[in-house]
Amino acid sequence: MNFFLFAAETNLLQTDITLHHYLLLGAILFVCGIVCMATKRNAIGVLMGVELVLNGATVNFVSFAHFNPTFDIEGQIFALFVIVMAAAEAAIALAIVLNFYNNHFTVDVDAAEELKG
Amino acid sequence: MIRQEDLREDILNGELTNLFRWFLGLPEDSLSPFPGLMAAGVAVGMLVGFVALSAVFFIWLERKVAGRIQDRLGPTRVGGKFGWLQTIADGIKLLVKEDLIPRDADHILFRLGPYIAFCGAFCAFIALPFAQGWTAYGTGTGAFAIGVFFILAVMSTEVFGIILAGYGSGSKWSLFGGMREAAQMVGYEIPMSLCVLVPVIVAGSMDLGKISANQAGWFWEWYVFRDPFTFVAFWTYFTCATAACKRAPFDLAEAESELVAGFHTEYSGLRWSFFFMAEYAAMFAVSGVAVLLFGGGWHLGLPVWTLVGLSPELSQVLNWPSNVLNIGNAINAGVFIVKCWVLVFVQIWVRWTLPRLRIDQVMMTCIKYLLPISCFLMLGVSLWEVFARPYLGDYFKFVLAGLVLISIIITAMRVFTTPMKLPTPGIDAPWGPRIPAEFTIKRS
Amino acid sequence: MTLHAALFYILATVTAISAIGVAVTSNIVRAATWLLFALASTAGIYFLLGADFLGATQLIVYVGGTMILVVFGVMLTASGPFVNMKVGAAEWAISLAVGLLLYSVLAIVLLQIEPPSRNIPPNHTLLPSKHIGAALLGSSSSTPEAKVTGLRGGQFIPRTRVSYLLPFEIISVHLLVVLIGAAYLARAKRRREDVA
Repeated sequence: MNFFLFAAETNLLQTDITLHHYLLLGAILFVCGIVCMATKRNAIGVLMGVELVLNGATVNFVSFAHFNPTFDIEGQIFALFVIVMAAAEAAIALAIVLNFYNNHFTVDVDAAEELKG
Repeated sequence: MIRQEDLREDILNGELTNLFRWFLGLPEDSLSPFPGLMAAGVAVGMLVGFVALSAVFFIWLERKVAGRIQDRLGPTRVGGKFGWLQTIADGIKLLVKEDLIPRDADHILFRLGPYIAFCGAFCAFIALPFAQGWTAYGTGTGAFAIGVFFILAVMSTEVFGIILAGYGSGSKWSLFGGMREAAQMVGYEIPMSLCVLVPVIVAGSMDLGKISANQAGWFWEWYVFRDPFTFVAFWTYFTCATAACKRAPFDLAEAESELVAGFHTEYSGLRWSFFFMAEYAAMFAVSGVAVLLFGGGWHLGLPVWTLVGLSPELSQVLNWPSNVLNIGNAINAGVFIVKCWVLVFVQIWVRWTLPRLRIDQVMMTCIKYLLPISCFLMLGVSLWEVFARPYLGDYFKFVLAGLVLISIIITAMRVFTTPMKLPTPGIDAPWGPRIPAEFTIKRS
Repeated sequence: MTLHAALFYILATVTAISAIGVAVTSNIVRAATWLLFALASTAGIYFLLGADFLGATQLIVYVGGTMILVVFGVMLTASGPFVNMKVGAAEWAISLAVGLLLYSVLAIVLLQIEPPSRNIPPNHTLLPSKHIGAALLGSSSSTPEAKVTGLRGGQFIPRTRVSYLLPFEIISVHLLVVLIGAAYLARAKRRREDVA
């Protein structure tokens, strides 16, 4: 028995890819985004965390669309809306960051404390 | 990049995959991924080989054309009278050159940049059909339904490698080059995409294979002649594509008169050559898209066999030995590659003819001129399809194709009948009006 | 293991490692590079799921647009070369614990979801992109007239056909507003010392 046949028929990874595989991948993206938002001091780093969170949500939409044929248009359209919204959000957030940098000469989010009581 | 559907229909049951399955000793109904992955590897190898070989050819062509335009000979020594092996010699030189990484560079990003740039340009070839059904992704009848959109998308990732190279080099000149490239690419993508939409609207499909198959037959069937809007869209697309490949007159990212060498100032050796592979691959890819969308794709434009009542598709006339792998397809692929070479030659010709613009002029050309023109073209072609076509029918293309053909013939006659002489006083130069005597070489 | 499974594991590994890289690295441009890989391999996941149009949109909008914007932002706001903002070890420990906790909660919940339909044919692909376009232009006939599956208890309810013209228009107007707003916010202004 050759190696390729063995690797193909071994029970280790025999299970087909199901919805759960994709959902767990989306959860990894989501959690990494949350951790990124929590730990990054750089405002642009926080923005990257938001992008990761949105991507996790999009993976969920598309995988539900794939595994539930009733909703395959909905899954794709909501995912498209999420992508477009993310682009708009990035543009506005960068504009705010640039404005903040112009006023404070830093993009450290901890420096934005003027409204602290 | 591979859909489940295509895996089942093509890669898993394709001839190459079956060969590998036999080679590995697997049964016919085995679901093992290895034969499919091996077949994909062979396809990637063929494409990389094609890209590398065409880059070798284009670098030789660029030096030769530049030489002729500047009244020199270009390479003449290496490999016979025409310097055929000059690029190979250059490649060997680059391989043995010292591989420098500046002390101030970000090492990982510096190494990563060229590969990302090359990947972006190379991925465009995945969806480029060379003939009927000859695509890397989605072979056979089920072609890639959003091919042209995919190509635009992956070509837009090329710029990230250049920005990384510019940033990671830790040099001012590189950083300026990278930022210029970012601004230029983000700007020029918009008119380029709008111009691509013009033939997509006409064909009603984003599938490059289908768009090209629509243009079978005589050359007036090509979309460039279809109506005035597609005719203008072709030239606008080609301008934007030249800018998107950062070719002169839009090569602000590597403007050597201002920025030493722009984003690749700090690169040497093999990594430097990757940027050039990426540039020539991108030139071929955008030319291929132009040919498929506007220039009739893989059709020669002179189907003499239709006169005797055969199909306008050459692959159906000469379908031997099989339906996909037939002689007609091979001839069509050759026609397609030659058409792409012609457009690449035009890009080289433009580079050595026009002076470089300034960065503000480049951005102004995009935002003030190309963007409104392309918006107008998209609107115009939609209105033409709805309102003008029912009255004019298909006759407009004969007028446009005839005018273009006549002007080409007149230009060619003028070139060949005007005496080619040095611009001495009193004699016309072949390309222009009489040159005033004070601008010409005085001979004693 | 089928080819689909092999490709899924390759792409999922790349996506997960890149996403962890974004969270872990402290150099902001390297984080952007990791994010680029995460987004590109997510596009690969979409291609694998049969959503070609969505994958290409992800590439052209995120990789070709948003990421370049982000790197541009980094370059414009960097106070020195290769910005590094270090985070303390205590903060790392807390965020790691919270992240693991959140992931385990999500995983427990996700694994309880019953797959909507167990008999998806292996070569099932999503509807082609022209149906998306038709739905966005207000044609309600592009959404399928099927029964809703995947409900708990296995009952079926008929779903109504819907179109997405209004959301599409709202998003278009929203994008226009964002364009003007971002241009207004980020326009060149005098710095503080010029005012003072």
